[in-house]
Amino acid sequence: MELRKSHRLVLLGALLFGTMIRSVYAGEVNAAVAANFTAPVQQIVALFEKETGNTVKLSFGSSGKFYSQIKEGAPFDVFLAADEKNPKLLEQESLAVANTRFVYALGKLVLWSAKPGFVDDKGAVLSKGSYNKLSYADPKLAPYGLAAQETLQKLELWDKVQSKLVTGESITQAYQFAATGNAELAFIALSQITKDGKVTEGSWWVVPENLYTPIKQSAVLLSAAKDKIAAQAFLDFLKSKKAAAIIRSFGYELP
Amino acid sequence: MQTLDPSDLQAIWLTLKLASVVTLLLLFIATPLAWWLAHSRKWYKGIVSAMVALPLVLPPTVLGFYLLLLMGPQGLVGELTSALHLGRLPFSFAGLVIGSVLFSMPFAVQPIQNAFEAIGKRPLEVAATLRANAWDRFVSVALPLARPGFLTAIILAFAHTVGEFGVVLMLGGNIPGETRVLSVAIYNHVEAMEYAPAHLLAGGMVLFSFIVLLSLYLTGGKVWRVTR
Amino acid sequence: MSEGSLGKIQANFTLQLDSFALNAAFSAPAIGVTALFGPSGSGKTTLLRCIAGLERATGTLQVNGETWQDATTIVATHKRPLGYVFQEASLFPHLSVRANLEYGYKRIAATERKVQLEQVVEWLGLSQLIDRCDPALLSGGERQRVAIGRALLTSPRILLMDEPLSALDTNSKQEILPYLERLHRELEIPVFYVSHALDEVARLADHLVLLEHGRVIASGALHETLARLDLPTAHFDDAGAVIEAAVARHDDPYHLTRLDFSGASLWVGKLDQPMGTRVRARVLARDVSIATVMPRDSSITNILDGVINEIRDEGPDKVIVRITIGQSQALLSRITRRSRDQLSLVVGMTVFVQVKSVALMS
Repeated sequence: MELRKSHRLVLLGALLFGTMIRSVYAGEVNAAVAANFTAPVQQIVALFEKETGNTVKLSFGSSGKFYSQIKEGAPFDVFLAADEKNPKLLEQESLAVANTRFVYALGKLVLWSAKPGFVDDKGAVLSKGSYNKLSYADPKLAPYGLAAQETLQKLELWDKVQSKLVTGESITQAYQFAATGNAELAFIALSQITKDGKVTEGSWWVVPENLYTPIKQSAVLLSAAKDKIAAQAFLDFLKSKKAAAIIRSFGYELP
Repeated sequence: MQTLDPSDLQAIWLTLKLASVVTLLLLFIATPLAWWLAHSRKWYKGIVSAMVALPLVLPPTVLGFYLLLLMGPQGLVGELTSALHLGRLPFSFAGLVIGSVLFSMPFAVQPIQNAFEAIGKRPLEVAATLRANAWDRFVSVALPLARPGFLTAIILAFAHTVGEFGVVLMLGGNIPGETRVLSVAIYNHVEAMEYAPAHLLAGGMVLFSFIVLLSLYLTGGKVWRVTR
Repeated sequence: MSEGSLGKIQANFTLQLDSFALNAAFSAPAIGVTALFGPSGSGKTTLLRCIAGLERATGTLQVNGETWQDATTIVATHKRPLGYVFQEASLFPHLSVRANLEYGYKRIAATERKVQLEQVVEWLGLSQLIDRCDPALLSGGERQRVAIGRALLTSPRILLMDEPLSALDTNSKQEILPYLERLHRELEIPVFYVSHALDEVARLADHLVLLEHGRVIASGALHETLARLDLPTAHFDDAGAVIEAAVARHDDPYHLTRLDFSGASLWVGKLDQPMGTRVRARVLARDVSIATVMPRDSSITNILDGVINEIRDEGPDKVIVRITIGQSQALLSRITRRSRDQLSLVVGMTVFVQVKSVALMS
């Protein structure tokens, strides 16, 4: 029995070692990506893989959850967050490589309705229109939610809309509430309704940047991958012009 | 010592209210349904059984999303409630109640159905030969004999509603005092990395559920025993 | 239409179950005990359930002038004034003994309550049991007595009993049989009694409905039916005749009692009963032997003369013989074929029968 057990351990070790070697030399990157960046990152990765021969494995989720998972040793190489706060925290806790953090996209907030013609291009519907529910993401959990709160506060509408607010745990949910018509209005990310550089559904108002703190979607190289060439290569590719074009086509700005 | 802020207390109260209302409603809905399932020989009984059991396998968020669509302005239920001037169900306590009733249905129906099936035909036949009509037989024989099943159904439906998250999240819109129940409050605290209140609420929920279940199990035999 | 059934219970049922078909018609008097008798699987319980309306057969049922079922209507079980005693007592486990007894009593109109709790308690010896809380703590016999009491307290106009003794051990049976006999004597309601035990039937029944494979093969008075050689009952190991007799004389020095019937008499062990008491006795075919001349110097007390009425072969070695005693009483005798041939027994012959043993049923 004992012999068998140790035998198995050796085998397991060899396997693990083999995988490690492969991931270092065959250029495999594990990336944790904020859910709102799903579509653009898939296009960017396709291009990256084609040009470099490396492979990128993508995991999507909320930035807060990824932060907790990385703290607990989740095996990610790069982290593309929806905000600046979480990558910064990881950097301070030495879980990310210093000076590798950069803003890969600026999120743009929109006020959107599934109904065509419901939202005017000045956002006057917020104060004058008749609507029952306004959905947004929880400001404690999502940067777009915080941006929506700031906007409403700047417009001095925050107190007025309190009774109409419904909160999603993420902008995905805020979008669902509006897409199903249960909320007439929603503060969401422009990227959610942009396809190939165009918005086709419903009506919307792109919230002017002076109304909210910029949503700096930041990427960082994680400490576990500090010697991983492919991971650094992927982050470099994210800064390239080719990537920038893709990012813009999905309704993001660049710094 | 960390204390709970008023919105958390409100969430606790709301959760208890929701679980109580849902459990009560479920008893009224599940009992006839379980009776029918236990006694019917109709060909479509299997279909009804499967539909009742569906929430067991369906991810709660999926159920929640479908309900959101159904109850929305373009949904069948939404059009109905609008036509009846009942307003819209999503983001309301009533909406949560409906979602929770559907979601906890199998937990109420199945124990009661099992209990009815375990009674068998004999005691009801005996009652019939003793001049009891169908309703009388149901009340004076089937209900008291199915007591353990009802107890299980109440415990499971209540506990399941207290612990429910997915449907409430999809349907609720997290409105304090209306739809912000305990599980959502805990989730938000955890997501916002406010671990202290999260621990307090989660720990309290575990303790509370344990005490409720324990007291039901311990006193169940007596509380539910019919007068002799 | 139903007037024709006054004093009678007339049934005609057809029922197709998964593995069994009932096709039973009979008419029985609405008085005394009618036994539904047959081997297991013959449909006697199903027939009883049809009478109670627990089984939905097609057909007709009239009970003493009332129509309980015809082509257009089936009276629901709870609307039929019947009492039903199931094979297992089936007491309600959630009710006390008293609440079980009162369950049906409470559900009939006060004016309909002809049987009172005290009476039933007295009849069935329930005074020690009535204040017990948990019926599960009663013995099998006690439970069945409570179940019978519970059925009687609905003041039924017919009592249906489905092998009420079959789930009981011998002791419990012995404990409960006297109660049943007493009920049958004292109650003036007809009883339908399902049984597959011939001795039980011989002891309790007045009328016999014989079933086989879901069909009624005979229906008639008990002593007549049991004396028929064309029915399977004549070929049971404990086949025999039932005699209704009256206590006629006591012979105190020898500790004997004479029973008279049909112009004949039998001596039995001393009975502490007054003259004229009606008793039922059973004489098994295997306990009756035949002689062509009056046996002298025999130790057997009971020797009767009669006329051979019918002889039937029974297997390769035995025959069964029916002898008429006195005006109308039949006795059965099981003898070997060789004896029949040696004695040259034929129908119409006058013979002497020796009765080795008489079983008193009450």
